[in-house]
Amino acid sequence: MKILVTVKRVEDPEIKIKLKPDGSGIEAADMKYVVNPFDEIAVEEALRLRDQAGGEVVVACLGPQEANAQLRTTLAMGADRGVHVVVAGACDPSMAARTLAKVIGDEKPDLVLLGKQAIDDDAGQVGARVAEHLGWGQVTFASKEASLESAAEKEKKPAFSLQQGKLEVVREVDGGIETLRVQLPAVVTTELRLNTPRYASLPGIMKAKKKEIKELSLAGLALDDRIEVKVLQMAAPAGRQGGAKVADVAALLDKLRHEAKVL
Amino acid sequence: MSNVLLFIEHAHGSMRKSAQSLLRFAQEVTQKSGGKIYAVMVGHGLEAAAKEARQLGITTLYTVDAPALAQPLADTYATAVCAAQKACDASLVAAASSSTAKDFLPRVAVRLGAGMASDVLSVVAADTFVRPMWAGNVLATVQLCTPTKVCTVRPTDFAAAPLGQNSCATEALAYVPSPGATKVEFVALKEVKSERPDVTTAERIVSCGRGIKSAEGFKLIEQLADTLHAGVGASRAVCDAGWVANDLQIGQTGKIVAPNLYVAVGISGAIQHLAGMKGSKTIVAINKDPEAPIFAVADYGLVADLFVAVPELDKALKA
Ligand SMILES: Cc1cc2nc3c(=O)[nH]c(=O)nc-3n(C[C@H](O)[C@H](O)[C@H](O)COP(=O)(O)OP(=O)(O)OC[C@H]3O[C@@H](n4cnc5c(N)ncnc54)[C@H](O)[C@@H]3O)c2cc1C
Ligand SMILES: Nc1ncnc2c1ncn2[C@@H]1O[C@H](COP(=O)(O)O)[C@@H](O)[C@H]1O
Repeated sequence: MKILVTVKRVEDPEIKIKLKPDGSGIEAADMKYVVNPFDEIAVEEALRLRDQAGGEVVVACLGPQEANAQLRTTLAMGADRGVHVVVAGACDPSMAARTLAKVIGDEKPDLVLLGKQAIDDDAGQVGARVAEHLGWGQVTFASKEASLESAAEKEKKPAFSLQQGKLEVVREVDGGIETLRVQLPAVVTTELRLNTPRYASLPGIMKAKKKEIKELSLAGLALDDRIEVKVLQMAAPAGRQGGAKVADVAALLDKLRHEAKVL
Repeated sequence: MSNVLLFIEHAHGSMRKSAQSLLRFAQEVTQKSGGKIYAVMVGHGLEAAAKEARQLGITTLYTVDAPALAQPLADTYATAVCAAQKACDASLVAAASSSTAKDFLPRVAVRLGAGMASDVLSVVAADTFVRPMWAGNVLATVQLCTPTKVCTVRPTDFAAAPLGQNSCATEALAYVPSPGATKVEFVALKEVKSERPDVTTAERIVSCGRGIKSAEGFKLIEQLADTLHAGVGASRAVCDAGWVANDLQIGQTGKIVAPNLYVAVGISGAIQHLAGMKGSKTIVAINKDPEAPIFAVADYGLVADLFVAVPELDKALKA
């Protein structure tokens, strides 16, 4: 099976986001960048599927030249090769989806895995947009029933089962767990509980240096950089006045009853 | 004219409460843009839920009712909602943020050539909205630059608009499947059955973190929640460990809640968790680490061992 996984370069979720004073964006100084955590999960699942059924895992990214580092990280995890559409300027979910759909159309994988959400724009749109552009079926929020601390997860088996060209996928929905069956080729987006991604090993990192990353441009793909969602201004949320402590349970109850009046 | 079309969700024959928050959003938009508010309900066997939705005080309620729509699937629901968009020539299609809306609305956006804003928090103009980025660390004002626009809306940020006495006209639209409709089949749904209030609408929530140590520790949380008639929530760590159902996760990548009372027990207060609950009216934190970041957002912090404090609180409430 040929699997394509999308990989976005995002700010490290462990580092505090600081706004530029004029609200035009966030501070890049002292920032570290990582593979979007949901995309790491997608790469892990793709590797498990490949290692069980054979095939190839291609990673694809749309982003600045520096995003090469994040593609390299996923190659070090074990992906086979990369495609990098280099763009310097602003991007939105529509532009990302149009571009990735074009790359996917050229690569013709059997399965495309994306994160359910990029933790910078928190949009949660690109997976379903890509599926619509391609006219493929989709399963969003792919997960599994066994917990991440279960014995089943430790075996590192794929969570999806393939039968007669159809993939059966468990997904998280409001109020429960749903199972869908989707015809390949298909688009699947990943939830947090799908798997625990592996770290890149030292030999993996060495090998990744020699793996191919093909660089493309929007012009080369005959695509434009039209943005549909324009960010006009960024602001910090109103802070919350917290920090007060109570001495014991009795004092807490008293406050809740007589000050906050919530009981 | 710029009409607004709302996607109204329903479950077990009732309209979801989030519809009233969505209506408030639409009222704010049409105040700025003019235009009428329409709504669409999609599913199979919609009579009872549609009756409730007719009280939203909108122009027309479209229903798209067919056996193939009994379970929400992205392609079929996108087709149904696009039919309604065409019927009322809506320039804005909106839905309350939910797993269903997040699944199919981006497909609607592509079909309509529409820019889409996810998780709208407030309305600036008919084409300009405020939405969160980076786990709510940034509130971005975004403008949708396309003739037709799509939004998901955070119900917690729009007060429920009241239902009216009069019911509006209903128009049934035919469901004409797209060629891709059969690519995905529904297999099964395991619903998490709970007698407790749903976290997204609960007035009170007791929420737990890794501090509860095991599924056993969760029993203390359930007990306190029942005494308070509260819903139960959890941090990612607790869901990942499999101690509670996944759909209880609150935060950036889970549910967004804003109850009257949020009791955070054994939760450290990572930014990703705060993103889902800092809109709560009163926040209580119980944590044994006085330096835990959760205390910075808590109105009432209690530095204590939860295995002592929670049973004590439960007993005192019952007394
Ligand atoms: C991409 C991404 C998305 C994420 N999305 C979410 C999300 O949506 N929601 C979410 O919650 N997290 C999310 N996280 C995870 C988040 O960063 C934190 O790791 C998580 O919230 C920590 O959970 P916790 O507070 O339960 O655990 P910990 O951080 O381990 O905290 C446990 C707390 O319990 C206290 N404690 C321990 N024992 C006791 C005791 N006996 N009595 C009292 N207190 C005790 C400790 O002092 C500590 O403060 C996300 C992370 C990433 C990278
Ligand atoms: N610029 C990009 N490059 C590669 N993948 C992307 C890009 N933008 C979004 N994606 C993918 O789409 C998913 C959802 O992103 P979003 O819709 O922006 O929240 C991410 O987890 C990525 O897998």
